[in-house]
Amino acid sequence: MSSRTLFDKVWDLHTVRTLPSGQSQVFIGLHMIHEVTSPQAFADLRLKGLKVPFPERSVATVDHIVPTENQARPYADGLAEEMMVAIDKNCREFGIRLFQPGSGKQGVVHIIAPEQGLTQPGMTVACGDSHTATHGAFGAIAFGIGTSQVRDVLATQTLSMSRLKVRKIQVDGQLKPGVYAKDVILHILRKLTAKGGVGFAYEFAGSTFSAMSMEERMTVCNMAIEGGARCGYVNPDQVTFDYLKGREYAPKAEHWDKAVAWWKSIASDADAVFDDVKTFKTEDIEPTVTWGISPDHGIGVGESIPAKESFAKDEWATIDEAYQYMDLKAGQPIAGVAIDVAFIGSCTNGRISDLREAARVITLHGGKVNAKVKAFIVPGSEAVKVVAEAEGLDKVFTAHGFEWRNAGCSMCLAMNPDKLQGRQVSASSSNRNFKGRQGSPSGRTLLMSPAMVAIAALEGKVSDVRTVLAKAAKG
Amino acid sequence: MNEIKTITGRAIPVVGNDIDTDRIIPARFLRCVTFDGLGEHAFEDDRKQLTAQGKTHAFDDKRFTGASVLVVNSNFGCGSSREHAPQAIAKWGIKAIVGVSYSEIFFGNCVAMGLPCLRVAVADSEAIQAVVTKDPAVQVSVDVDKLEVRAGNQTWKAQMGDGHRKQFLTGQWDATAELVAGVEQVKATAQKLPYVSAFA
Repeated sequence: MSSRTLFDKVWDLHTVRTLPSGQSQVFIGLHMIHEVTSPQAFADLRLKGLKVPFPERSVATVDHIVPTENQARPYADGLAEEMMVAIDKNCREFGIRLFQPGSGKQGVVHIIAPEQGLTQPGMTVACGDSHTATHGAFGAIAFGIGTSQVRDVLATQTLSMSRLKVRKIQVDGQLKPGVYAKDVILHILRKLTAKGGVGFAYEFAGSTFSAMSMEERMTVCNMAIEGGARCGYVNPDQVTFDYLKGREYAPKAEHWDKAVAWWKSIASDADAVFDDVKTFKTEDIEPTVTWGISPDHGIGVGESIPAKESFAKDEWATIDEAYQYMDLKAGQPIAGVAIDVAFIGSCTNGRISDLREAARVITLHGGKVNAKVKAFIVPGSEAVKVVAEAEGLDKVFTAHGFEWRNAGCSMCLAMNPDKLQGRQVSASSSNRNFKGRQGSPSGRTLLMSPAMVAIAALEGKVSDVRTVLAKAAKG
Repeated sequence: MNEIKTITGRAIPVVGNDIDTDRIIPARFLRCVTFDGLGEHAFEDDRKQLTAQGKTHAFDDKRFTGASVLVVNSNFGCGSSREHAPQAIAKWGIKAIVGVSYSEIFFGNCVAMGLPCLRVAVADSEAIQAVVTKDPAVQVSVDVDKLEVRAGNQTWKAQMGDGHRKQFLTGQWDATAELVAGVEQVKATAQKLPYVSAFA
């Protein structure tokens, strides 16, 4: 069999049958659960008298509502406490593994599954969370689902789905200094828009992705959903295998070679046929910052807020709304926009390599967090926190005025106590700049790479990380 | 199982592209273990902001109280997978949605809840919004069988994938029972997967 994409191969292998409606019944190899989108699914199982036939194929953790400062139970927020009690009870009753705070394995669901070796090439992965796309970095077909579908996966380990088309996103070239995986995906979103990927899976291909670490690939795939693509993936290669080897739930020694051989076989064929292809070059990608209210509102840090005439006419109302909400004007440079809060963390950029790079640029800069800015760093998992502290990164952060917290989703979506206040502006390494996203109904978010967030925190305004890197290079 | 063929009722327009699920139901309302009571909080922050500006959001506009058809524009329901968003809309009273396009996760959630989302052309979504804004009392029919939207003497063509359309028409939009029925085949498929059988 040739001319097939990874998506085709994985989809076909996992298709159980065609349902009477014409939809496919698709087997889910890894199901992840968190406290926010699962309680109603478990309640429905009880109501309908349904069992969980494959409890070993689900794994749960708590991340969205977990406080990042005081984690003592019961939580101050009674509603959050109720959700913690519910997930514990639900997992016990249905025999599902739960990684609780203090276990050493708790963290943002999209960070812990890869670091435990649970996410593997060739799997189908589902979770009641749109950023499940992250796991595509391993050459898995991974997508977010809603609560009714969480119930379906629990009850049957399958979903009713329609096949996606596949768009190849080819990016070639080396990233310039100061340009990160986050900038690559923000650039792609800018060019293909927030809705351009509806109906597609994105295959990220080319020398740029081949040269990326697994953590960088996760950052890219994580935000495929912001472009409307329900999933994004990178073909598995030696980088993937090296990352997985030795992780707790990865295949063990006697099975390793067999696993690698199969993983290699499910990669897209050299002559694979795609429904669409889009091509980008790294030389066109700058450190990118969003100025508006949708993740596709990104511009290079050296650019100015675009005129609405540069968008399709049916977008003009949205662009006017964005100018008004953000209090920014067309023609105004994005560099220099003052910030109030700086947040480094999230399933997009809360991994150890993100924290290392933030610490590196903070050290190169040498300054302290601007007096007007509250800056905090939230490791993506307990495991990330342990490594960061062993490397002394926490000391770098606190010495320069950043707060160092415990693992969780934190101010990415602000379901825990970490929130913007009033009209505050945040520089954020997260994934969404939607109106009200970070906890204040009128709060404003500028998305950027963790290194750019770090420099914005020190300068008190949007600044080009390349200035710091260039100064350091001159010595 | 409920067959869903045509929904007829008054309609409510919510104008704008890329209206994300954080706007439909802000995250603070996700601190719950049931979907009860979400309806009153649909679009809460957008509503408050418009009120503060002396304007009125459609969900606060008495002329649209009791509407059962929601008319939107492009990429409605993008962002977070939270089913709380379509649940809030449904609990407010919406039984069908008409718009240019939807995020796939939002659309899938709506299917599983029995809330049909039909697609129409950009100009048609705007035209339907104009019609119901001018006359909020007009009865709008969303016909899943004939794939059209009707209001007064006007008819607009609509689209929905064949599989989903069939799910609504035959009452199989709640796929759970059908998925459970395939359990033996599910086990057989699982056993053929190398990561289940060969190197687990």
